[in-house]
Amino acid sequence: MTNSIGELKDAACILAIGSNTTAAHPVIGFIVKQATRKGNKLIVANPREIELVRYADIWLQQNPGSDVALLMGMARVIVAEGLLDQAFIEQRGENFAAFRESLKDFDLDSVAQITGVPVAKIVEAARLYATTRPASIIYAMGITQHSHGTDNVMAIANLAMLTGNVGKPSSGVNPLRGQNNVQGACDMGALPNVYSGYQAVSNPAVKAKFESAWGVTLDDKPGLTLTEIMDAAHQGKIKAVYLIGENPVLSDPDASHVRKALEKLDFLVVQDIFLTETAQLADVILPGVSFAEKEGTFTNTERRVQRVRQALAPVGEARSDWWIACEIARRMGGKGFDFASPAQIMAEIARVTPSYGGITYDRLETGGLTWPCPDEKHPGTPILHTAQFTRGKGQFLPLKYKPPQELPDAEYPLILTTGRSLFQFHTGTMSRKVGGLNKFMGEELVEINPADAAALGIADGDTVRITSRRDTVAARAKLTATTPPGVVFMTFHFAESPANRLTSPALDPVAKIPELKVCAVRVEKLKQSVAV
Amino acid sequence: MDEIRLTVDGREVKVKKGATVLEAAQAAGVYIPTLCHDPDLEPYGGCRLCVVEIEKMRGLPTSCTTPATEGMVVHTDTPAANDVRRAAVELLCADHYSECLTCPQNQRCELQKVAAYLGITRLPYPKTTRTFPVDDSNPFFDLDRNRCILCARCVRACNEITCVGAIDLAYRGYQSKVATFGDQLMISSICKSCGECVAHCPTGALAPKESRRPTREVLTTCPYCGVGCQMSLGIRGHEIVSVRGKREDSPNKGWLCVKGRYGIGEFVSHPDRLTAPLVRRDGELKKVSWDEALDLVARKLASYQKGEVAVITSAKCTNEENYVFQKLARAVLGTNNVDHCARL
Repeated sequence: MTNSIGELKDAACILAIGSNTTAAHPVIGFIVKQATRKGNKLIVANPREIELVRYADIWLQQNPGSDVALLMGMARVIVAEGLLDQAFIEQRGENFAAFRESLKDFDLDSVAQITGVPVAKIVEAARLYATTRPASIIYAMGITQHSHGTDNVMAIANLAMLTGNVGKPSSGVNPLRGQNNVQGACDMGALPNVYSGYQAVSNPAVKAKFESAWGVTLDDKPGLTLTEIMDAAHQGKIKAVYLIGENPVLSDPDASHVRKALEKLDFLVVQDIFLTETAQLADVILPGVSFAEKEGTFTNTERRVQRVRQALAPVGEARSDWWIACEIARRMGGKGFDFASPAQIMAEIARVTPSYGGITYDRLETGGLTWPCPDEKHPGTPILHTAQFTRGKGQFLPLKYKPPQELPDAEYPLILTTGRSLFQFHTGTMSRKVGGLNKFMGEELVEINPADAAALGIADGDTVRITSRRDTVAARAKLTATTPPGVVFMTFHFAESPANRLTSPALDPVAKIPELKVCAVRVEKLKQSVAV
Repeated sequence: MDEIRLTVDGREVKVKKGATVLEAAQAAGVYIPTLCHDPDLEPYGGCRLCVVEIEKMRGLPTSCTTPATEGMVVHTDTPAANDVRRAAVELLCADHYSECLTCPQNQRCELQKVAAYLGITRLPYPKTTRTFPVDDSNPFFDLDRNRCILCARCVRACNEITCVGAIDLAYRGYQSKVATFGDQLMISSICKSCGECVAHCPTGALAPKESRRPTREVLTTCPYCGVGCQMSLGIRGHEIVSVRGKREDSPNKGWLCVKGRYGIGEFVSHPDRLTAPLVRRDGELKKVSWDEALDLVARKLASYQKGEVAVITSAKCTNEENYVFQKLARAVLGTNNVDHCARL
């Protein structure tokens, strides 16, 4: 997030797009709803009638995968009606002329046709967002998990810069990160192209710095992303994987392909707290500990680094994940892994990571610190880009609408989109161990619009078979108008109905994020209600 | 002028403009009994316990709804105020299930606290005889209306904090009760089980099913989504028996969702947890020592070419762990093939 969570309450207007906030980030959902309770405006853009729609002033029910058209259509209205922040564009932006030129492709009639949103609503939403300041945009995987996910994010950035909604309190571009420490894992360089603090592996100065800090020779060629690792494993190019606390057999697109890839490995080590679907394929399983049994820090979606403190002794012989990795490194002859505590690791992180330079356990004792926090006197940075952008000026990007890579046809006439339930989490490794949560949602329920269900002869609770170009999955049907006609919705929490066996592995070319939000499927009623 | 000066029970106090008389009294260290007041919620003025006398003002205003003004002189512990408080609490006690020893809120109950403050040791009224059935339909908490004092803190928490509005005060007068839409069981309502109502209940009317008290608390960060809610885990032996949100210096201001409040202890202490290293031999996973497992992993990983190995790290693990994982990949395994589920 460019801004902090607490600021959302004072955003005069919130645009929530591609985020089922109350289900996936419940406490941020509270704050968004509290803002509407004060009379602040809320625009929800979502193909599904999610809970937030009930609180919204305007609901834009765009077709899945049409976000660029919707956002550029709104930008076109803002430019045409002169609702833009001219001073901000001149002082802080560049490439505006080319961007304005690209808006010509987005005449509102075409936009309405692509998005399924009436012209009047697009105009109304554009006016509300542009004239109600400060305005904040929140988004999540509904924006990013597309083959054009990067374009979606750029379209959001364009809209925020166009209206000067960057670098000010209660404004900004605010991605809501899904996992407790996905922000931190990225910050720490658990990515193939960067070291900690997003320092590029290909940058010679950075390479030299880490070679000196670690006393080794390093590779300046970026590595493979998760999806590429799976492909490479499938092709036999990757032979061994050390996998910690992830469950790609359920979480990754085209999961059958992922399973086959992992089965092809010569050596798979899985470190986890449970025998997950992925761990069942492992040659060696190392028992890590839960968050309650270790010391450390998580960095939340607003970039706030906060302490994790040990409350319980590890179960059985389980050990902290950092200790296990250090032991492996030492036994391989690795130098610089003699840490006695996570606090010592943080001291090294601070030494080599400018944005974490001022973060110490002593300071975190009294509360979190928001990066960039370059030195020990720095109070942290809740709002980014107040004076200038990381690259200097903010670049307006001309965009083109690209449809999802897989669209419905005669054989696969429906769109499958995926998401999360409030009552489960990700692949259910933790949440499905909780009896009460299972009482609220204990199995996958495929959401189907009653109109589609009627045409397919499907009744509420029937077991249905969902088939994509990749695989077939069975689950019970839930008839609901929450999901629009032509679209079915599944979570990916349940190993018994693994939605990601269906999803498309098409990738965004820049971010390499898979298009989990759109693939084509057909749904049939199963005669007998048993699993396929 | 942003500051106001007033006098509460002879003590001069400075408060910010907009503060209530109750907040001024609290700032001056003066206790005023309250039941419906909650710093997380808007002033309500329902319980009438916070009544005070204010010079040059008629009657007994409720301090929780009266704004403090410059030069105000407040008396909190007067016979007239205490008479009103006493009458209110005596009536509440007469209609309150008073088996305190077996109440989950025993010794934390705010009704106990105000009754003790007022010195109520016997009731001038007979106890009511009606009994409400306990609504135990929610898997995480019970609603026992026999212990409810109708302060509406639960209703207001559900409206003002979560904005769900699953419960309200239904019916009139003596029939009044906290109810869901259509007076259905809690489980059949639109309740999302976040437990904000439970966290804000002053008595044992809304109480978690797990009622054992922790012997110590540990402040930490929630392991579910990316909001980073700050929470205190209540520990009893080797178990987590309670979870409490942290109000100050936290992104969540004390609030929690259903998974954070009720979805942690059970998975942490689950019997299916992995407790020893396992190695596959002849297709079967066999328990081995740490030394054996770590030596095997180190030996095998060292046997591949640099580009043939990948490390997949975890968005559930800590920063320190992810730093060590990528350092292991880059500095020891010699590869930038390191990634995690950031895109999923």
